[in-house]
Amino acid sequence: MSFDDAYQALTDHDDDARWAYGTGFTDPLAGVPTDVPDGADPGDLTAYCLMLGDDALVLSHRLQQWVTRAPELEDELAVANIALDLLGQARLLLSRAGAVEGAGRDEDALAYHRDAGDFRNVLLAERADADFAHLVARLLVFATWRLALLDRLSASGDPVLAAVAAKGVKEVTYHREYAAGWVVRLGDGTELSHRRMSDAMAAVAPLTGELFRAHPVEARLAGAGIAVDPGALRPEFDAVLAQVCAAGTLTVPAADPADPAGPAGRHGVHGDGLAAVLGELQAVARSLPGSTW
Amino acid sequence: MTTEQVFASTIERDQRVEPRDWMPDGYRRTMIRQIAQHAHSEIIGMQPEGEWITRAPSLRRKAILLAKVQDEAGHGLYLYSAAETLGADRGDLTRRLIEGRQKYSSIFNYPTRTFADVGVIGWLVDGAAICNQVPLCRSSYGPYARAMIRICKEESFHQRQGYELLMTMMRGTPEQRAMVQDATDRWWWPSLMMFGPPDADSPNTAQSMAWKVKRHTNDELRQRFVDMTVPQAEALGVTLPDPELAWNAERGHYDFGTPDWAELKRVISGDGPLNAQRIAHRRRADEEGAWVREAAAAHAAKRATGRAAT
Repeated sequence: MSFDDAYQALTDHDDDARWAYGTGFTDPLAGVPTDVPDGADPGDLTAYCLMLGDDALVLSHRLQQWVTRAPELEDELAVANIALDLLGQARLLLSRAGAVEGAGRDEDALAYHRDAGDFRNVLLAERADADFAHLVARLLVFATWRLALLDRLSASGDPVLAAVAAKGVKEVTYHREYAAGWVVRLGDGTELSHRRMSDAMAAVAPLTGELFRAHPVEARLAGAGIAVDPGALRPEFDAVLAQVCAAGTLTVPAADPADPAGPAGRHGVHGDGLAAVLGELQAVARSLPGSTW
Repeated sequence: MTTEQVFASTIERDQRVEPRDWMPDGYRRTMIRQIAQHAHSEIIGMQPEGEWITRAPSLRRKAILLAKVQDEAGHGLYLYSAAETLGADRGDLTRRLIEGRQKYSSIFNYPTRTFADVGVIGWLVDGAAICNQVPLCRSSYGPYARAMIRICKEESFHQRQGYELLMTMMRGTPEQRAMVQDATDRWWWPSLMMFGPPDADSPNTAQSMAWKVKRHTNDELRQRFVDMTVPQAEALGVTLPDPELAWNAERGHYDFGTPDWAELKRVISGDGPLNAQRIAHRRRADEEGAWVREAAAAHAAKRATGRAAT
């Protein structure tokens, strides 16, 4: 084997196809049919794709903020990997939202040129992490909920959503496993880690009620066999959390289903967390209008 | 044959030294130092580009950059593992890094000012790294050589991605083209310095060449990098900031100016633009993660005890 071949590869200008590997596709849904299935209102379907896409985009951003800050190299890799998976899910869902909407907005128009009030993510996704325990507590709650959701969504009457969900199931299964592993280790580890893990689980509890409350869009689409009724996810979610907390010698935090009170993220009502995320996410793109990337 | 003769013969026949083989202490020390510096460079090297992940101006560029920085963490992990085959310990090497007792590539002490820097780092910095690293795929130390094969493949991919970003920006607005030229101006000379001091001032080169842990001299590799990069700059439409750069038909190579070696010395000795910030960031991550690592160790110990009891 000639190891010097890499030099050759670098100065070879004629193989455009190889440049494209892994980076060339600009439309993640290129070639995928864009029809809206019977029984679905296009406005509802657009909003639903934004909900699930924004959840992934915003939590991915919070995980990206951990890059170069993880406690160990293995976790550096894992957290970046999870952020990348969620970013991939966001790209597919935002692209699908743009295609169904039919107003010419692509994934970047939707990610970079909407204001906070137009984002539909749950509040759980946007909060900053105080420490690594907060990261894994939030990730456990999010991944447990999303896995239950995507698992059911893979039988959606919309073939695009079904395919996106089926791909996501494999990814989020790992996210849940990773988070659960750390919740157990930190819960069971030292006195300090047990206290921090308990605090983190308690801090995330008030943000779980929203995950199971159906927005009218979700309710209508669930009736049409397109979306998942989030209320149906609760038993699976509770069972998983109980199992993980028991293994980590942690008390399952009591969550009030009415929390967060009133209209929240799904209705476009957000906190400072999202403002901070969007301030960072959108700064460069908005400062250079008309640019191509 | 004595162990010394077996070692010498392995090197002589271009075969690989493996972890369980006898090797001179100096060889072991040199390899640990070389591999650890390389590992540290990968980890510190995540910072300049990592700062732009959350601000990447398109989701596609964000995904590419995130994957690239993740690759660098993977390279670090790979290389620390290779160093551990020589008896080193990852935690100990990390302490040496954050205490300033071991070095990393001086290039990562320069700031990334715009998103064009992400592309130029891919093109020039990764390009220079590849020139340095491809010969290391034939290093006489087996675990390092094998790690380098995989790393070079990924670095080559990163270089292409960086260059493709710059190509796209050069087709964009005048402001974007100006950003690419500005980033090229700032990174060109530091990239040339990545090959180290001129051969006349490189004290370790002779022994490393004899041990076949280094295959070409600093100046040979620097020349190769310049020859490779000039046509790429022309294709891109940027000017390299060196008035002395010119094709020399007699030599069959490009002539180029002399880097500011005093600057290289300053940056290596810790006085570069961001040395303190890079190390402080790494130290903070290490300190803030200590309680997590302790918890994992405590949990593992309890599990081991539990298993022993049943």
